[in-house]
Amino acid sequence: MENLNLFIRSIFVDNMIFAYFLGMCSFIAVSKNVKTAFGLGIAVTFMLTVTLPVNYLLNTYVLSPAALTWLSPDFADVDLSFLSLIVFIAVIASMTQLVEMVVEKYAPALYASLGIFLPLIAVNCAILGGSLFMQQRGFANTGTAVVAGLGWGIGWLLAITAVAAIRERIAQYSNIPAPLRGVGITFIITALMGVAFMSFLGIKI
Amino acid sequence: MSNKEVFFNPFSKSNPVIVQILGICSALAVTVKLEPAIVMGLSVIAVLAFSNVIISLIRNTIPTNIRIIVQLVIVAGLVVIVSQLLQAYAYNVNKQLSVFIGLIITNCILMGRLEAFAMANRPWPSFLDGVGNGIGYAIILIIVAFFRELLGSGTLLGFQVVPQSFYDAGYVNNGLMILPPMALIVVACIIWVHRSFNKDLQEK
Repeated sequence: MENLNLFIRSIFVDNMIFAYFLGMCSFIAVSKNVKTAFGLGIAVTFMLTVTLPVNYLLNTYVLSPAALTWLSPDFADVDLSFLSLIVFIAVIASMTQLVEMVVEKYAPALYASLGIFLPLIAVNCAILGGSLFMQQRGFANTGTAVVAGLGWGIGWLLAITAVAAIRERIAQYSNIPAPLRGVGITFIITALMGVAFMSFLGIKI
Repeated sequence: MSNKEVFFNPFSKSNPVIVQILGICSALAVTVKLEPAIVMGLSVIAVLAFSNVIISLIRNTIPTNIRIIVQLVIVAGLVVIVSQLLQAYAYNVNKQLSVFIGLIITNCILMGRLEAFAMANRPWPSFLDGVGNGIGYAIILIIVAFFRELLGSGTLLGFQVVPQSFYDAGYVNNGLMILPPMALIVVACIIWVHRSFNKDLQEK
């Protein structure tokens, strides 16, 4: 029940895009059509679900203060938390490299359409942000980390797909002032959806 | 491209934030007040310039398959240095910025410039490109923070700018400007103005 609550909250209340505005760069650039957006959303969801539990384990058993006591009681006063940024980003980067190689081999079409934004998943703020939130909030166990990662990923997927669908329609049917076309109007749509998503604040199951 | 173009293009014609659309996340989060925005801009200029130089120096020895990890580790090292310096010399601002100094690592401008420029160019142009893009980023950050602080809290750099007589006459700070979504709208307005002057950037 607690995990279900966390799952729903991660998707709607703590939405990475609309509540924290993390992962905006690839979000703006890849939301031109629904198919590519969905592909990137799946990739981000996968990355979040995989990296969050890995980083959770690293944080719990290596990085946090006195985490190394399972190795030897002498390490009780060792605090490696200043290393957490570098360790988290190294985990994320190596996972990205792995995903990039797999996608290049088995889905060349998706690889071509994602272009430079596949390597940029490594610097997608949503993924590092997820790990930093995990550290900040002190999750109870690995299961919680998996559920939260999945929820944040699905929230991101939902956001990018919804905005991509709106952008597709807007490009066809509306008469936007020329300087705002493309990026400008996407910013405004995202901002308005962000204001709308504030109405989810305080939901509890 | 001449060195001059490399340095000045990012100010307006190929601005990292409003034309290349990189590094939006931090542009939204640190622009509620002007002071953190300036410090953030300076930190990004420093990290960007030096990571560009380092990557450019070792670009021929990095194996293509693991280049992202190499780049990120170098950037992360530089960010740790910047964050330690800020803690030592600008502690209050550092407290306001806390997480977002760490998130410089995932600032897309860095990866974007390293991939697109430093991996293919010599150190000196890379340095200019880094400084130029950093300044381009800082300009946008400062414009956004200027309007958000002025309209949202009536101050600039912490000093009261809107006179008390305005408040007595019924003027109220626009609380909406403090909320994160408004940063997006301000950036959209900058894009609007910028692209009405630069017609070649407009999308069809």
